[in-house]
Order: sequence, then structure tokens, then C-alpha cells
Amino acid sequence: MPTPLHIVSTGTANTASVLAAWERLGIEAILTTSESDVREAPRLVLPGVGSFGAAMRLLEAEGLVPALRDRLAAGRPTLCICLGLQLLATASDESPGAKGLGVCRVTVSRLPDQVEAAQLPRDVSQRVPQRVPQLGWNHVAAPKGSRFLTDGFAYYANSYCLREVPQGWLAATTTYGVRFCAAIERAGVLACQFHPELSGRWGAALLKRWYDESAAAHANAPAKGAV
Amino acid sequence: MLTSRVIPCLDCRDGRVVKGVQFQGLRDTGDPVELAARYEAEGADELVILDVSATPQGRANQTDTIKRVRKVLSIPLTVGGGVRTSDDAKRLLDAGADKVGVNTAAVLDPALLTKLAERFGRQCIVIAIDAARTEPDARKRKAAGASKVPEPISWHVVIRSGEDRRPLDAIEWARNSTHLGAGEILLTSWDRDGTKAGYDLDLLRAVSSAVTVPVIASGGAAGPQHLIEALQAGADAVLAASIFHDGHYTVRQVKAALAKAGVRVRDDTVTS
Repeated sequence: MPTPLHIVSTGTANTASVLAAWERLGIEAILTTSESDVREAPRLVLPGVGSFGAAMRLLEAEGLVPALRDRLAAGRPTLCICLGLQLLATASDESPGAKGLGVCRVTVSRLPDQVEAAQLPRDVSQRVPQRVPQLGWNHVAAPKGSRFLTDGFAYYANSYCLREVPQGWLAATTTYGVRFCAAIERAGVLACQFHPELSGRWGAALLKRWYDESAAAHANAPAKGAV
Repeated sequence: MLTSRVIPCLDCRDGRVVKGVQFQGLRDTGDPVELAARYEAEGADELVILDVSATPQGRANQTDTIKRVRKVLSIPLTVGGGVRTSDDAKRLLDAGADKVGVNTAAVLDPALLTKLAERFGRQCIVIAIDAARTEPDARKRKAAGASKVPEPISWHVVIRSGEDRRPLDAIEWARNSTHLGAGEILLTSWDRDGTKAGYDLDLLRAVSSAVTVPVIASGGAAGPQHLIEALQAGADAVLAASIFHDGHYTVRQVKAALAKAGVRVRDDTVTS
């Protein structure tokens, strides 16, 4: 039997879909809000929940922030999904004043509600509306040297994104009005703006690769400041 | 670049698909699980399950259906039908839905949309709107004289209960519901549903230019050309039931036709 993995139970996320995705891969997933699990679990998943501020308040109320910060900083095998990626940042336009985990020194911004109209004469500039949230499948361009990421199509449901690649991380990118971080990775950590659990066979293959290779990725290339 | 979504829809009652499924190769044509798996394998981008059960027992079966579908489905699942409270939505999400569709209850109590969006995030909340063309008022037209100017088309919202209510303008409701908390609109043409005459393109144009959230076209599709027209009219996704259930087209054939017409669609054959 493969080692079970732990999922931080945040109550409002689409946890059932995340659990089902691991079940299809034959991997047992355990929901947890325990600080020691978050600190010590061989593999941990942080799924997306509602809003940035509310999610941070929930993690703080459960006393999980220091443990999460430590394991992410150390590059221990951790998979963050959707809002889970955004929580790595220092702050977000979505919840002014709320502090993120701060593992990445970047901030989260809203996807643009307007974009330059395409196919217009060069001297004409016209802004056209763009739908937000971004709902649907968009192309992911994987970076060279990635341990986990490959090119493909992923399912998104987001209004906010990381536009800047955090220092020391490798990023896959997607374009929706702007180019943003589709996913970032460092050592055993993979954080996806899209939903791998809803991204068909491509997403399932990504989950499996992260499960299989994140421990070695952590051991072979520990992040700076690892303990 | 975001791709256009093709979304098969399963109407379920008491855990069974009730709209006629006629294509070959299924052991049990009424089993939502087998259909869901087949549509995903064919390249469906998302799945919608609409619960048309009217009884509490039917609703309980629905939860069980969602759980069973979730086990096999690795694409997004939207579930609608009978959502009255945020706890109803929670029950569907816990069973395995990724998005929840609300219709009648939101018309009767618009604040429900705000409650749902605050609890689950607006990307999770789909407002389902059934819109019917409003007949031009003949008396008013006569009173105004023999004007050559055609009256603008309008649509009103149709709900299953509360027919005594003042007619609600569908475009206005689409706009309001997104301000209140809906993150996506499932727009069904009451006039075209089941007719195979194509989507109501005027309705799609009117709604998609009135809102800033994605719009799913529904009602009237008989073939790929209808889907292409809807996407060109401003829809972000196209929903269809009978064209897939009838076995005339597979999802893959439809998506190939879309790609040929210049519509961007997801290539689901890339796996690693």
C-alpha cells in the first residue's frame, strides 16, 4: 500500500473532488486539521477555499500557520491548490490588510476585467471586457527543468492570480489577459493555480508525479534555509 | 487562451437519467455514472447534472448519484435542482459537486446568492436562468400608432412556482444576480428548449453583453453548427443533452467540428 497523504480540511473547499482524485489513483487520503500532521505528514495537500482573508483566518484559528510556513520554507512535499497557491504570497488584492503565509515575497492581484482588443489596426487601442472569474480550460506552458509540470490543458476557476514569479521558484505560465503563474514549484512543493483534481487525465498524471517524486525532490534539492 | 467548453447535461430523477439516451454501447443507458464516464472519455469539458426529482426521497437519491459520479469523474461537475438554502448547497458540494446551480430559490430570495457566494466563493455559484420571449403588447403597439420601428425583443424569467409574480426581465435578472454573487450564468431558452431549432442567439447576445461573468448557452441545440453559432454570439460554453444522448454526435465529433470552424477547444489527448 502506498503511504497515505494528508489533506488540510478547510471545510468549504471542494474537498470531495480532491479526495476522489486520490482514490482513483489508489492513494489513501486523510483529512486533518491537526498541527502535528501538518508539520510531520510525509505529504500534505492544501486545497483552495473561499476568500484569501477567510482562509488565513481559518488556518490561524486552527493554529496551523507556523507549521505550514515551516514545511513550505523547507520544501517538504506539499501540494497547494488554487487559493492554496495564493496563500503562499504576502498579501492579496482580494482581502486588503490580510497577511498571507509569506513564503513567497509576492502579492496576489485580480485578473484584468478588460484587455486590449485583438485584430485592430496598430494605432487604434480599444479595451474590451474580459470575463472574471476565469472558468474553464486554459493552456499551461511548463518550464524547462520542471520535476512535475508538463504542457497541457488545465481547469481554472479563479478571479485572482500571481503575476510575478517568486524568486527561487520555477513557474509554469498561462495567459488570460495577462500572463500569470499557472503553477510554481520548489523542492518538494508544487502549488497550482488550476485544479489538478478536475483537469482530467493530464491533472491525474500531475498528481501522481508529485506523489511519486516530491520526496526525492525535497531530499535532492532542499530549499534554501531548509531544516 | 481560454478554450470554449462543451458541456453534456444529464437530467436525473431518482438516480436515473430521464431524457432519452439512445446510443449503443452502454450496459445501462439510464445510469448517470456510466454516461458521465463515457462523456469524459469523449472529451467533455465539464458535466452538468440537473435534478428533476420532486420528492425528498428523490433528493436523497440525488446525493447518492453525485457521490457515485464523482468517483469516476475527473472534470468539473455542476449540480442543480432543488437548492433552497446554503446547507442544500453544502450537501451537494460534500457529495462531490464543484459548482452549484440555483434557479427558483434565487428568484424568490435574491439574497440567497450573496449568502452562497460568501460561504463558498462566487466561482462556485451558477445562476440558472430560464428565459422566455415576451410577446409584444398588441394594445400598446396600436395606441402608439402604426410605428414602423420594431419593438425591441425582451425576455422574462420563468420559474416553476410563483407564476403570480410580476414578470422579471431576464437581462436585468442576469445582471443583478451576478452583482449579488453568481459567478456564472446557465442560460436556457424556454422557447427553444427541446425544439432542435438552435439556441436563442438574440438572448445570448443580450445577456453576454450585459454581464461580465461566463455564460453557458442552453436549449435548442441539434448539431455542431448550433454550438458554433452560440459561441460566436458570445457564449463561453455550450450545454447540450439530446444531441449527445441521441447518439447522432459524440462529444469528440462536436469538438472537432468546433475546432474546424476556428473555435478554440481543449485537446484532451495530451496527458503527460
